[in-house]
Amino acid sequence: MIKAILIFNNHGKPRLSKFYEHYTEDTEQQIIRETFHLVSKRDDNVCNFLEGGMLIGGSDNKLIYRHYATLYFVFCVDSSESELGILDLIQVFVETLDKCFENVCELDLIFHMDKVHNILSEMVMGGMVLETNMNEIITQVDAQNKMEKSEAGIAGAPARAVSAVKNMNLPEIPRNINIGDISIKVPNLPSFK
Amino acid sequence: MALKKVKGSIDRIFDKNLQDLVRGIRNHKDDEVKAKYISTCIDEIKQELKQENISVKANAVCKLTYLQMLGYDISWAAFNIVEVMSSSKFTYKRMGYLAASQSFHDGTDVIMLTTNQIRKDLNSPNQYDTGVALTGLSCFVTPDLSRDLANDIMTLMSHTKPYIRKKAVLIMYKVFLKYPESLRPAFPRLKEKLDDPDPGVQSAAVNVICELARRNPKNYLSLAPLFFKLMTSSTNNWVLIKIIKLFGALTPLEPRLGKKLIEPLTNLIHSTSAMSLLYECVNTVIAVLISLSTGMPNHSASIQLCVQKLRILIEDSDQNLKYLGLLAMSKILKTHPKSVQSHKDLILQCLDDKDESIRLRALDLLYGMVSKKNLMEIVKKLMLHVDKAEGTTYRDELLTKIIDICSQSNYQYITNFEWYISILVELTRLEGTRHGHLIASQMLDVAVRVKAIRGFAVSQMALLLDSAPLLSGNMQRKGICEVLYAAAWICGEFSEYLEDPVQTLEAMLRPKVSTLPGHIQAVYVQNAAKLFAAVLRNGQQGSQEGAAVQETIQLLTDQLPIFVQSADLEVQERASCFLQLVKYIQKLQQKDVDVGEEVTALFAGELNPVAPKAQKKVPVPEGLDLDAWINDPPSEPESEDEKSKSAFAKEEPQQPRQRHREVDEKELARRREERKQEQANNPFYIKGSTPAPKGYQDTMGVEHIPVVQIDLSVPLKVPGMATSDKYVKIEEERRKRDRAEKGKKKEKKKKREKRSRGDRRNESGPESEEDIRPAQTVDIVTEEMPENALPSDDEDRDPNDPYRALDIDLDKPLAESETLPVRKHRAPDPVKSPAEDGEKPEAPQELKKKSKKEKREKEKKEEKKSKEEKKKKKHRHEAEEDPAGEKEKAPPPAPEMEAVQSPSKSKQEVPPASAPAEDLDFWLSNEPVPSKSQEAVVATSKSTTEEPADPGQGSDIEDAKSSKHKKKKQKKEKEEKEKKKKKQHRVPNQEEEESVQNGTVEEEEDPLPPMSNYCLLAENTYIKMVCDVQGNLQDSSRVVVSVIFENKSSSFLKSMEFNVLDSLNAKLQRPEGAGPHDSLSVPFQLPPGVSNEARFVFSVQSIVMPQKLKGTLTFIVKSDDGSSHEKLDFKLHFTCTSYLTTTPCYSDAYAKLLESADMKGSSARLQGVGLPFQHLLAKICFHHHFSVVEKINSCASLYSRSIQGHHICLLVKYTDQTVTIDAKCDESSLLGNLLDEIKLTFSQS
Repeated sequence: MIKAILIFNNHGKPRLSKFYEHYTEDTEQQIIRETFHLVSKRDDNVCNFLEGGMLIGGSDNKLIYRHYATLYFVFCVDSSESELGILDLIQVFVETLDKCFENVCELDLIFHMDKVHNILSEMVMGGMVLETNMNEIITQVDAQNKMEKSEAGIAGAPARAVSAVKNMNLPEIPRNINIGDISIKVPNLPSFK
Repeated sequence: MALKKVKGSIDRIFDKNLQDLVRGIRNHKDDEVKAKYISTCIDEIKQELKQENISVKANAVCKLTYLQMLGYDISWAAFNIVEVMSSSKFTYKRMGYLAASQSFHDGTDVIMLTTNQIRKDLNSPNQYDTGVALTGLSCFVTPDLSRDLANDIMTLMSHTKPYIRKKAVLIMYKVFLKYPESLRPAFPRLKEKLDDPDPGVQSAAVNVICELARRNPKNYLSLAPLFFKLMTSSTNNWVLIKIIKLFGALTPLEPRLGKKLIEPLTNLIHSTSAMSLLYECVNTVIAVLISLSTGMPNHSASIQLCVQKLRILIEDSDQNLKYLGLLAMSKILKTHPKSVQSHKDLILQCLDDKDESIRLRALDLLYGMVSKKNLMEIVKKLMLHVDKAEGTTYRDELLTKIIDICSQSNYQYITNFEWYISILVELTRLEGTRHGHLIASQMLDVAVRVKAIRGFAVSQMALLLDSAPLLSGNMQRKGICEVLYAAAWICGEFSEYLEDPVQTLEAMLRPKVSTLPGHIQAVYVQNAAKLFAAVLRNGQQGSQEGAAVQETIQLLTDQLPIFVQSADLEVQERASCFLQLVKYIQKLQQKDVDVGEEVTALFAGELNPVAPKAQKKVPVPEGLDLDAWINDPPSEPESEDEKSKSAFAKEEPQQPRQRHREVDEKELARRREERKQEQANNPFYIKGSTPAPKGYQDTMGVEHIPVVQIDLSVPLKVPGMATSDKYVKIEEERRKRDRAEKGKKKEKKKKREKRSRGDRRNESGPESEEDIRPAQTVDIVTEEMPENALPSDDEDRDPNDPYRALDIDLDKPLAESETLPVRKHRAPDPVKSPAEDGEKPEAPQELKKKSKKEKREKEKKEEKKSKEEKKKKKHRHEAEEDPAGEKEKAPPPAPEMEAVQSPSKSKQEVPPASAPAEDLDFWLSNEPVPSKSQEAVVATSKSTTEEPADPGQGSDIEDAKSSKHKKKKQKKEKEEKEKKKKKQHRVPNQEEEESVQNGTVEEEEDPLPPMSNYCLLAENTYIKMVCDVQGNLQDSSRVVVSVIFENKSSSFLKSMEFNVLDSLNAKLQRPEGAGPHDSLSVPFQLPPGVSNEARFVFSVQSIVMPQKLKGTLTFIVKSDDGSSHEKLDFKLHFTCTSYLTTTPCYSDAYAKLLESADMKGSSARLQGVGLPFQHLLAKICFHHHFSVVEKINSCASLYSRSIQGHHICLLVKYTDQTVTIDAKCDESSLLGNLLDEIKLTFSQS
């Protein structure tokens, strides 16, 4: 079982948090902080597994993470999951994000947390791995987005126009600045699928 | 109306959406400003939620979801979230469900409003509505929701869209957790989903069942055959990993399963390219080996393979693989420490790794790798690391590991406790460690439990007390000053060993001591008193000492007032008591009253350690009911009658008290006794008095002080602090001396012995564990246990474990009442849902529901009985058929035995309820166990160390001959196994040796020559290859060739590459992407004298003809003078026999086979066969993979099957050295070739 999936940046700012067990908001923040603390002090060339992280679960649990450019993707899993399997799953997740957002960067995750959630929900459900095939995931996500678009229709047009204007009015957050390219090739891991 | 809508959408334009919110938050960098901004945003959101327009609400809920991630509580908006969830638009619905999944939990009360909405969504015609509802539900499902929706979800499990099916299957796990009653009714359908045509659904079902089985494995044993099938057929690595992990959980419950698994798993290990799969396979093989480790012949080939693969992982540059390799290694360590110990170098290397996770794993491994021999060396290395380690957490971890390693299993590996004490003392020099307490408790433990060490310990502790650094700056050294607690106590308690008690006393009373924590000061004061007693005792001996006593008294009266003023109550109290005592003694001394003995008596008595569980194990005395009320439970005052009673009760309490006082004499005595006992058992209770208190001088005569026994090379008095390093040298010298002595003894023995056995270890050889004698006569005082302690080690499972509720027997047929609750429209009779139809057929059985349990129990008993009978039968059978039976235990594992066993099982009336279990039994015992080749590998790998001609062998064989009788046999089983192994050792090189050395003698004596299917493939000065070709049961076109490579040279062989010229008919299976002429690299290297096995898979088209394949092995020979490239050609012979698999057959099925028309007959005659009939049969069975169907006198019918399903039946008759074989087979050329091969077998022998 996957207990939690966390994405945060190099400064510990959460970009996505998905807990498959209930915690209060305070505990969740504490877990994110603690996890960030554990993960951030590790070099990039050490292993991607961490034991401990007292808050979630206990000794049975492991943190499995990957660091891409400015973001940490952390999965907290118990012993029924294969460590290397989860590492691959993270890779699939990131590659899917990359496909869905077209060259994903941290800003995409910041402004479209809901979309990231929707993508994630096609991969992992209730803490169990639902789908590992990237094409299948993308097909489902696209189909749902299409539906959303058709629903918005004409009624959505003004809103879209306004949001486009808003984006233009705010040059301080230019869309075209890539905060590092997330899609880095996985080192040293023979293909899984 | 329309206008309102337009107005609403125009308003909405100016609302913030999620992007605006995020942008706003990012613009406010300062924390305080940001918090303010967010709180205004929340106010806005509250306003938006009040509006009717659903899109505004959805937008607000979306923003709330973001704020929830930042740690803001949004539970107040739960109702609005439900509103958004119920929107008809998918966009909003999805937002609503997302918000719900992030914030709802069991305690959210609006959840109960959602039931109908969710049901509507689940049954929506739009698959994505259903999908979103399922995803959301998986996060916030409650027991109520699961109960109400279980039936709907179960219906969805058979939805037409695989997208819905897989989600429905996955969510069932959550439903089971919340509503365990649903497990049994839903399970049959879940099981069905294992065969779903969609791989995603299948994977989901595997996922759920694995998760269930992990918690309660025993209920899922009956699914093992199904999963086994999946494992051999599936190509999805995710599914494979899950299944393999599941098997890892199942094997401990069913060792037979493990035996079955080893072969497919090893095949996977060899064939897979995915590291994750390889790793899980290795892990499960380890689990299998652990489960088999008791009572099974060893599978050292598999262990070897695992360890080898893990070594490759650990040596990999990828840190992840390194980490996992170490992790898995530690699992092997528990059961097969020897095979891991050989990789000590590698693990010590990992200690230097820059990655802390890896260092910690390596440390864990070290824990299990120590032995008496290498403990000092390893700890020395660790001490070096302690010095080097920066960062206190890792250093602390090292410290605890050192102590763990040394103290494990009752200090089993410590041969020299002086060394250990000095290690502990060295550890106290660490700055800023948190583990002072741990070191202290070790010091106390060792000093109390190892009597011989007390003298040394005391001298060291006195030095510790005397040394200033521990005291100074104790703010930072907070942790480490705990050590002083132990030091003071040890010096006080064992003051008779102190060289100079006065000096120590002085050290303990320094003013600086008052800066220590209170509890340590208290111990100081108390032990100062003990030391004082010691000084007084010495004072009696001479007048010179008398002066010392006076001085001490002076010192005490000067220094104690510091402690009397202490803020710590305990210190204060003890100090003032002690001070008064000193003053009183001073007075008595002035009157020349000798008080030494009385004062000593205050502290007399010995402390013994108490087992940690002693308290728990005190049995409850008979007649004592701890749950019974002592007084009647207070009844609730209801009426006036009761009131008067309660008034009466007020007087009541006095009576028992009085009664109590009457008995108190006895009672008190008893209690005092108890308390004494308790105090004696408490290691930290200082004044424990044994029943008969004696003076110290009485109990501790000089001869009781075992210091004398300490090895002479160790100086008793160590000037200054001890350093552990020197002990390593001393220990080595000591051991050398020991060995020399032993060697002398051995030589004497040897002279007496007429023959010296070849396998005797030389003196110079490495000494074994048992040879190392501890330096001190270590009388580790055993821990005390209460009398008649209860053996109560069973650890109960955590009662709060949510998975316990899922411990449900799934094999029991469904009862009528066990259906999922279905929505009812007030109608009294239940509406049938489609889900129930599936369960209907089983309904008739359920009428006898009540008696079912009893019945099951009975059945279980019967099963047991029948199993026992079977066992007996086995033995009988073995005894009857003796040579053949005996052979069974050798390489081919009992094909005949199974043939007998199986019919007996089928005859049994199998009651329907226990059918799954029986099925499993059958499945587990039906197929031949594939351990043949592995044992042979063991043999060869050991054969290198074994002398070829063992003089004892002849007698061994006689033994085997005479042990036909059942009883004897059982006793000797073990011996025999070993002997068998010995025999096998010689198998590979048997052909040459037998004829040259002692062949004739042996052949006459040996009733059943050892057999092996491994035949010589090729050989040169460097390497020897023997091989065995076997058909693969699972695949009709595959043949597995197991090749054992044996390094005959004294150089290192590496980069071995195996290549075969493919023919049209047979091809070597190469990994994907490799060309048809590429060679396969052998996955290991061979150090000198070592042999190992590799397997190669060939695909074969036609199996009716034997054929030969040419091949080459290339390898690099690496010796001291350089390396050279070598080549060895070979011819691989695929006989028709190798396509046959031993398959049992029942006699009735056999008869039918013979009658069938398409069987073609043929026959052969063998003349001049000197073998007894039994041996002849055994030989055919073994070498040609047949099994005996029936045997009457000197006539037997045999059966075998080819991997492509050809049936081969043989009728073997034996008269006067002539054997006639009538054979039938549905493929005549196969049969012809086969008969030729059989003839050849006998003409060779």
